[in-house]
Amino acid sequence: MRTATNVISLRGATKQFGGLVAVDNMDFDVTEHEVKGLIGPNGSGKSTTLNLISGALTPSDGEIVLRGTPITGLPAKDIARLGVSRTFQLVRLLPSMTVLENVMAGAVFGHRRRWGRAAEQHAMAILEKVGMARQARAHFSQLTYIDTKRVELARALAGEPEVLLLDEWLAGLNPTELQAGIELIHALRDEGRTIILVEHVMDAIRSLCDSCVVMSSGKKIAEGTPEEVLSDPDVVRAYLGDEDA
Amino acid sequence: MRRKDWQTLGFAALLLLVAALLPLTGDGYLISLGVSIAMYTVLATSWALFSGPTHYISLATAAFFGVGSYVTGSWIEIIPYWALLPIAAVAGGVLAALVGLATLRLSGVYFVIFSLGLAEMIRQVVTWYQNQTGHKGTYVLTDMTDSGIYWQLLGLAGLVYLAGWAIGRSRLGFALRIIGEDEDVARHVGINTALSKVALFVVSGAVAAVVGAIIAPRYVYIEPAIAFAPMLSFQVVIMALLGGTGRLWGPLVGVVPFTLLWEVISASFPNQTTLLLGLSFLVIVYLLPGGFVGLYDRLRARRALRGVPA
Amino acid sequence: MDIIITGLFLGGTYALIAMGLNLQYGVARIMNLANGEMLVVGAFTAFALYSGAAVSPFLTIFIVAPVAYLLNWLIYRIMLRPLVTRAKSRGMLEQDAILTTFGLSFVMVGLMIWVFGGDYFSYSYLARPVVLFGDNYGLNRLSAFIGAVILCTALYIWLNHSRAGMAIRAVAVSPKSARLVGIDVPKLSARAFALGGAVTAVGGAVISTFLTLDASTGVLFTMKALIIVIMGGVGDVRGTIVAALVLGVGETLVASLIDPGLTLATAYALFILILLFRPQGLFGRKSA
Repeated sequence: MRTATNVISLRGATKQFGGLVAVDNMDFDVTEHEVKGLIGPNGSGKSTTLNLISGALTPSDGEIVLRGTPITGLPAKDIARLGVSRTFQLVRLLPSMTVLENVMAGAVFGHRRRWGRAAEQHAMAILEKVGMARQARAHFSQLTYIDTKRVELARALAGEPEVLLLDEWLAGLNPTELQAGIELIHALRDEGRTIILVEHVMDAIRSLCDSCVVMSSGKKIAEGTPEEVLSDPDVVRAYLGDEDA
Repeated sequence: MRRKDWQTLGFAALLLLVAALLPLTGDGYLISLGVSIAMYTVLATSWALFSGPTHYISLATAAFFGVGSYVTGSWIEIIPYWALLPIAAVAGGVLAALVGLATLRLSGVYFVIFSLGLAEMIRQVVTWYQNQTGHKGTYVLTDMTDSGIYWQLLGLAGLVYLAGWAIGRSRLGFALRIIGEDEDVARHVGINTALSKVALFVVSGAVAAVVGAIIAPRYVYIEPAIAFAPMLSFQVVIMALLGGTGRLWGPLVGVVPFTLLWEVISASFPNQTTLLLGLSFLVIVYLLPGGFVGLYDRLRARRALRGVPA
Repeated sequence: MDIIITGLFLGGTYALIAMGLNLQYGVARIMNLANGEMLVVGAFTAFALYSGAAVSPFLTIFIVAPVAYLLNWLIYRIMLRPLVTRAKSRGMLEQDAILTTFGLSFVMVGLMIWVFGGDYFSYSYLARPVVLFGDNYGLNRLSAFIGAVILCTALYIWLNHSRAGMAIRAVAVSPKSARLVGIDVPKLSARAFALGGAVTAVGGAVISTFLTLDASTGVLFTMKALIIVIMGGVGDVRGTIVAALVLGVGETLVASLIDPGLTLATAYALFILILLFRPQGLFGRKSA
């Protein structure tokens, strides 16, 4: 793992909103084929960190590098083309387009661009992978919740990104769906994709992540394998509060 | 798929050909009505090319139209007429690009406000310039007949439909649809949203300017208050929305009845035109969202639902 | 010097009008393009009452305000609220709101032309000169400015120090969080919209003491108010006032030094500068 190349590196990445420091001096690396968990209590800055990487927000300070190319402060469209794609915390599908068109959006404009038949075939292949091929012509309103999440994931995958950002992709699923969801991401992991996921579901973190970064109040308080960080007293304190620790 | 495309193209060409026969009737009133319908069809369709997918409401049609008529008006004595049309297209396109670059990076509201005042601003500047140089308006004296104007507008309509058809099948068209659905998602899948919007706005601005340049000889005498009349922008918006912007043929379906209705209204209730224009806006928003195209799609969806056994 | 003061006087009244629009856009999130017509309605009322019954425009305000409040409240509840409920996204709401308020603005212009005719109207009220710093100014302009200052100050204090004002500002910042702390957002949005309309109508009554208007001038004021709101920053009272004064002075400068026909062009020139260099407003914080 030491010798693997870094796909994404954050150095001192910081985001301030007025007086509030939402992300404070974040440093971490994500290597090729690694699944990195970003965990921490609510409001600790996980999603903001993801937003800094995807270009939804501009860092106030620090540097973010994608395979040796600095992407700090680039607009989201450029970062997407360079190979970062994401899902959103609240699912965002294109409501009046079909499932296939939603996925084609990723295939046509993403990191590896395709057009016409090639884009359509590629999008179908991805839909097959996430188990949605049969509903390719369906519309957003006809889908169950987990299926909308599958479609959004397929859209993110369709551009063949260097790194995939999942913002609480498993949140809001019922127990059966959750199992299916974890299996799906496991399959992506087995394909060797590089993934950063923000997640609250501990089971998912344990079974999916190679390593985790724990955040609290915008700062990184621990980093290591899920077992290591979840037994770290600082992490326990951050989750449960000082009095209870 | 390919075959159906050819059929559509052939059908459209046939329609255009039939429409081109109108001047042969020799009826002056019919021809003049035809000019109005052709003019609004071109304006509303090119408006919808941009505003349909993006949902950005442009109220700048009058500004581009006015610029186009002034191109003809100012240079008809110096430059041959046929060279004026491309000049108008470039002038309209450049103006649209400037406006687009300044406002389309920002929220839709900024764009609406800007487009709303653009015609008035240019009118003020032109008026001021004319006052400085000491003349009020310009005579546009050509031997162009109404039929000639009509045929030119029909030709332009054909071009606009062809362009719209090509754009609808292109990456740009797909990008614009995504932008209209969710601009954040569009950015995050890697679309250059600002450039895509500006590109289509330039197309619609250039077309409106060419329409202005073609129509100018009909006015004989043009002055800022006529060339930049703000009402035009609103009429175009209403017609396009009445027809529906979801499809290329949508605006046409709005233009024909509205132009005819407006003929009646402005003849019978000349003092209530503003009121009635306002009411038509409200009717579209509350009773006909999506226009006739939306209605047609809803009816078809209902029929399809009934047709398929549950 | 006299240009600057005349400009400030004009800007004071602009501030009042723009505050009305800012309440509507900032809190109720409706870009009300019929705002200028509400102003003209206020002006017409002042004109009718003054020329008909010799009622001072500054008394008319007390009739105009409650009536305009009620009228705008009804407009919000009946016409705009359903749009807010049916909108799937912010963009859709924006489009619907723009079309509806445009329709409304045309309907109002149409009705006013029907009732009052399309002529310019004006009346002479306090048209006496007063001397300030050695120059002559119309007393009506001065009194309008003082009226606007009093109203703006009252509004500012109310927004910043009263409970209701606080709730309104909370909704302006974040409707979602406002709901979480127990604020009835739809109710408050309706009130803010109504209040905004009332403020604008009062501004109309005040402006009618020194400007000549006709039924269709409303849209010019809508545009100016919009430009001021964007220049000053949405929801920013202080920014609105400064932007209004800048616009008032700028317009007066251009009108007296270059040509009176270029006032809107001036407003647009300022607008372009703002869009290009400070799209977040004069005092807005740079956000991502």
